[in-house]
Amino acid sequence: MLRRILELLIKEFLQLKRDRSARFRLLVPPVIQMLLFGYAATFEVFNVSTAILDLDRSQESRALTAAFVHSARFRIARGAETQRDIRQAVEASEVQVGLVIPPGFSELLRKGESSPVQAIVDGTNSNTALIALGYVGQIASAFGQDYAQDLAHRTGRALGRPMVSVSLEERYWYNPNLNSRWFFVPGVIGTLTLITIVNLTAFAIVREREVGTLEQILVTPIRPVEFIIGKTLPFFLIGLLEVSIVASIGMLWFQVPFRGNVFVLLFGTSLFLLCALAIGLLISTLCTTQQQAFASNFFVLNPMFILSGFSFPIASMPQFLQWVTYADPLRYFLVIIRATFLKGVGLDVLWPQMLALAAIALSLLTIAVLRFRKSLD
Amino acid sequence: MADVVVEARGLSKRFGALTAVDRLDFTVRRGEIFGLVGPDGAGKTTTMRMLASVMLPDDGQIEIDGIDVLRHPERTKQHVSYMPQRFGLYEDLTVDENIRFYADLFEVPPQVWRSRADAMLTASDMTTFRARLAGQLSGGMKQKLGLICALVHTPGVLLLDEPTTGVDPVSRREFWEILYGLRGEGVAMVISTAYLDEAERCDRLALLHRGAMVHCDTPAGLKARMPGAMIEIMAADPRPLWEIVRTLPGVKEVLLVGTGVHAHVDDADRRLPEIEQAIGAAGVAASRIARVSPSIEDLFVALLELNGKRD
Repeated sequence: MLRRILELLIKEFLQLKRDRSARFRLLVPPVIQMLLFGYAATFEVFNVSTAILDLDRSQESRALTAAFVHSARFRIARGAETQRDIRQAVEASEVQVGLVIPPGFSELLRKGESSPVQAIVDGTNSNTALIALGYVGQIASAFGQDYAQDLAHRTGRALGRPMVSVSLEERYWYNPNLNSRWFFVPGVIGTLTLITIVNLTAFAIVREREVGTLEQILVTPIRPVEFIIGKTLPFFLIGLLEVSIVASIGMLWFQVPFRGNVFVLLFGTSLFLLCALAIGLLISTLCTTQQQAFASNFFVLNPMFILSGFSFPIASMPQFLQWVTYADPLRYFLVIIRATFLKGVGLDVLWPQMLALAAIALSLLTIAVLRFRKSLD
Repeated sequence: MADVVVEARGLSKRFGALTAVDRLDFTVRRGEIFGLVGPDGAGKTTTMRMLASVMLPDDGQIEIDGIDVLRHPERTKQHVSYMPQRFGLYEDLTVDENIRFYADLFEVPPQVWRSRADAMLTASDMTTFRARLAGQLSGGMKQKLGLICALVHTPGVLLLDEPTTGVDPVSRREFWEILYGLRGEGVAMVISTAYLDEAERCDRLALLHRGAMVHCDTPAGLKARMPGAMIEIMAADPRPLWEIVRTLPGVKEVLLVGTGVHAHVDDADRRLPEIEQAIGAAGVAASRIARVSPSIEDLFVALLELNGKRD
């Protein structure tokens, strides 16, 4: 039995050694995607293109404009003379934010009253719009407070009484600078591994079916379980290698800290890889050609990605979908990998995720093996 | 019979409404080459796949070495080798690696398979290709490599499904020499073939038609069963001959062959002069008219005709 499994293992690596395109697919796309995600995937909003229509033309309105100009968050893309200019600029996507400082802005301020400023935001990308608006609010309120203090000082506290405010002492744990790369990079490791391993496993088995070697193997005394072990073990090892490579890029190139225990991550990765292998095996039992396998992989992997919490918060999903996410192994692995990287927690915290992964792996593998045996008849 | 190695009883397989194999009964003995002959769709491959236990029959039994294959498929695999129309070689592995792969799956001790592989590679003139990738071999060499992989564990039963389809004549001859060698070693072989000249090389033949066995006998025995006789008329242009001869009395069937026509008649002595006369009267050129012993192809058509299974 061991000899047969070992021979399958040797055969698989020999084939991999000969297949230049497979080696390429194994290493290059994950590395490129890791780099792309590392650089491109970010929630942070900088350089929001902005137009400011100053109808007040006062010292105060110019000071407010200057506050926006000097902020790295906003870039004044064009000037505006009329309300129509603002409308056109937003419609043509020249600017995302249009600020209108109405006439009388400074007059109200000088009286120590609150003075409105209109902010028009292109809401097409709701996320960016929300974040941009937040920055507008921050700059406006900072300007207001400064002005009030200054006014109080100048008028001997007759005007512009400093308002009572709660001051927030902000402490972001685990990711003190809210670097979104720190959030994305560990997630990318999980996602890339899932895609690569499911694809490799499904294609490798479907290819044997397509070429006819599967039937040839089945007339030998090999047992289906031996075949499955011999066929999936190589991809398990490849999966571990891939996680190591992609994780190294994350740590060495993108400087994402790894604070946890390597063995905890290794354990979680192993459970997660078993899930990926089982999914690949299941897909292979449903497909007779590699084309079908390709289509099925896309159909299965995309929802898993969306429902994993990789970038869309699970808590914001409708209740029904939240239940569905419980079946998604990527959901648990993302928690494990993010927690081991950034929080540095161990099994004492992560055991529910580990248990869930183990349960999913066990049930998927059982179904896959049963289905595989049936697909042979 | 102690030397019966393969026995099929009432073997049947249906695919929906189609009966692919219909109650086949046959036995194969040690050192016998048993041929399955029939047109496409006669059920040859389905029968092979059931014997190899990669497909379950709907009905019937198969015994190999006295073991019930349906009940204990694992126990017979060690003794059986199955070579489908295209043997499942790994094209990105070398000749040696393919042999080693199948030897390991059958757990053949290394010294044993190495010496067997050496002998078979030498016999099939392939020793210089050992390090070549299987995908870069010619069609004939691929089949020979398939046969070596199939034989590396010294099976007692060899199942060959149209093994020489698409193989050049030289390789086919070498292939058959290997099979004759195996027959000498006592291997029981079941071979399906679409080449009727190959059918003649078998020890016994089963003629299949629409899944059912029409006849089963030695090639000579089958020929003896053919009623009437075969008359061969050779001509450069056989088409007009065929038109004339098929209308003559006592002629059951006229087959176009490469060099002329074969006419199946009820009585050679009586019909031969009549045919000669008719051809002469029509003024059609014919270089030779003579009684010949029927080929398997003639036989096959005639026997199907006799059974009224042709429509």
